Amino acid sequence: MSTEKLSSSSSARGTAEPGSVGIVAPQSHTFSEPLELACGRTLRDYTLVYETYGELNADKSNAVLICHALSGHHHAAGRHRPEDKRPGWWDHYIGPGKPIDTNKFFVVSLNNLGGCHGSTGPASVNPETGKPWGPDFPPLRARDWVHSQARLADLLGIDQWAAVVGGSLGGMQAMRWSLEYPERLRHCVVIASAMKLSAQNIAFNETARQAITSDPDFCGGRYLEQGKLPRRGLAVARMIGHITYLSDDGLGKKFGRELRSGTFERGVEEQVEFQVQSYLRYQGDSFSTSFDPNTYILMTRALDYFDLAREYGDDPVAAFTHARCKFLLVSFTSDWRFAPDRSREIVDALMHANLPVSYAEIESAMGHDAFLLPNERYQRVFGAYMNGVAAETAGEVK
Amino acid sequence: MRVDLDIIQNWIPPQSRVLDLGCGDGTLLEQLGKNKQVSGYGLEIDPQQIERCLQRGVNVVEQNLDAGLGNFADDSFDTVVMTQALQTLRQPHLVVREMLRVGRECIITFPNFGQWKARWHLTFSGRMPVSDLLPYEWYDTPNIHFCTFRDFEVLCRDNNWTILHRQVVSESTVSRAFKDFLPNLFGETAIYHLTR
Repeated sequence: MSTEKLSSSSSARGTAEPGSVGIVAPQSHTFSEPLELACGRTLRDYTLVYETYGELNADKSNAVLICHALSGHHHAAGRHRPEDKRPGWWDHYIGPGKPIDTNKFFVVSLNNLGGCHGSTGPASVNPETGKPWGPDFPPLRARDWVHSQARLADLLGIDQWAAVVGGSLGGMQAMRWSLEYPERLRHCVVIASAMKLSAQNIAFNETARQAITSDPDFCGGRYLEQGKLPRRGLAVARMIGHITYLSDDGLGKKFGRELRSGTFERGVEEQVEFQVQSYLRYQGDSFSTSFDPNTYILMTRALDYFDLAREYGDDPVAAFTHARCKFLLVSFTSDWRFAPDRSREIVDALMHANLPVSYAEIESAMGHDAFLLPNERYQRVFGAYMNGVAAETAGEVK
Repeated sequence: MRVDLDIIQNWIPPQSRVLDLGCGDGTLLEQLGKNKQVSGYGLEIDPQQIERCLQRGVNVVEQNLDAGLGNFADDSFDTVVMTQALQTLRQPHLVVREMLRVGRECIITFPNFGQWKARWHLTFSGRMPVSDLLPYEWYDTPNIHFCTFRDFEVLCRDNNWTILHRQVVSESTVSRAFKDFLPNLFGETAIYHLTR
């Protein structure tokens, strides 16, 4: 394993707004021990980009790993520059005094392998060809991420996480952690997730992938070599995804049938544009300039392939008998992409396996996206549980 | 600690598996865990109570008892407990039946509507009883299925449930003095220990 650090930094504390981790800088590390992947191929070496918030305690028992979802990355909290318009993607939940309290925990957040925010992925150069990997990048599964995250834990000297935490696809990684490395985590927090996707979920993902691959600029995935970018396809993919992350009610409350331009007046031919149209286009457009289309395909496939209990005779109870940690499950009432029933299935399996588990179903109109957004009850539930984790961690130190 | 919770602890064997329906703030499960190494889960729907359980580190699962216990297998717990929730259920008899399917034994506590104060209140004021124990008006009460000790025992008999223990608890001096003599008239809270 190489110990060369491309950049090194720690978070600036006590600056900026209260409750914020302040200005943070990403770090990266190139791992040179080959990583065997679930697909049978091996990555000779790879780079992971990550951020850390808070301080690791003396016995390294207060570390929390954040696993990101489909379009997430390492920048989960704070700002890179004071003038940044938006903080990290989970800033509502990570920071001093927040549910994942950086006064108590040392938080590690990385960009997963196959990502497009600095970690090795399809847009990186394949050392064997000197060209971008593109479609030749090995397909990844949640377990590959878990194994690479374990290497990152080794690098940071963390034998056991106080908690592994994730929403959506991140929750799948957290659950996989509990089965692959049962001794390396004390708590597993799974938010708005599922043991496997439904046919409807896979159908949405496939439609999104088709939007990307049918864009003429996709060039069979070798768009970087051709100096092109299937921007329109990716934008449509994101629009499809975005609709499914919100709820009918949520969209209705936010936009209703309000018009951005045009009129329904008789005798006027000008076309109307609904607010929701312009909103979706904006979401699609901004995403299409900041995300790699091959990564989007890779991540949605990893989601589709994930099936927690497949190798345990399709029996989730049998799967969870391998776990040793305590669990918190959270779902949101209007989330139809990862509905509360999917979380309840996990809870039932855990109870059958006689493992400690708590579960809360949060009232929200925000659909799947609710796991990223402020919500009083969600904050209190998450905070109460993490407080317990912190108290237990402090108790062990004594 | 509530008197009824003390008594319940005595009926639960060490290291057993317990499901607590309507577990409130998790006091009972916390005590059982500490004193008797009992493991288990509480089911609750009140968000504030759920948070109190989480703060205590008690396993709490948000689940509405009126939706049944269909997600639990037969005999998956040694004891299923339900304190002061029977009278809030839509179909109390079905829940007790489910409790005895999921657990080998069950412990149920409920307020006695046949207690003399309630009878007095209804007889002489002509209005539904409002007391310290049941401080609600008839229209806003979560307690929708009142019964007396005698009513409950009829239910047990009709369903062939065996009553292993019954304990009657009263807070007031008058009631305490007479509760063993005339439980249905002087008992405030009943604690029943049932098996199939």
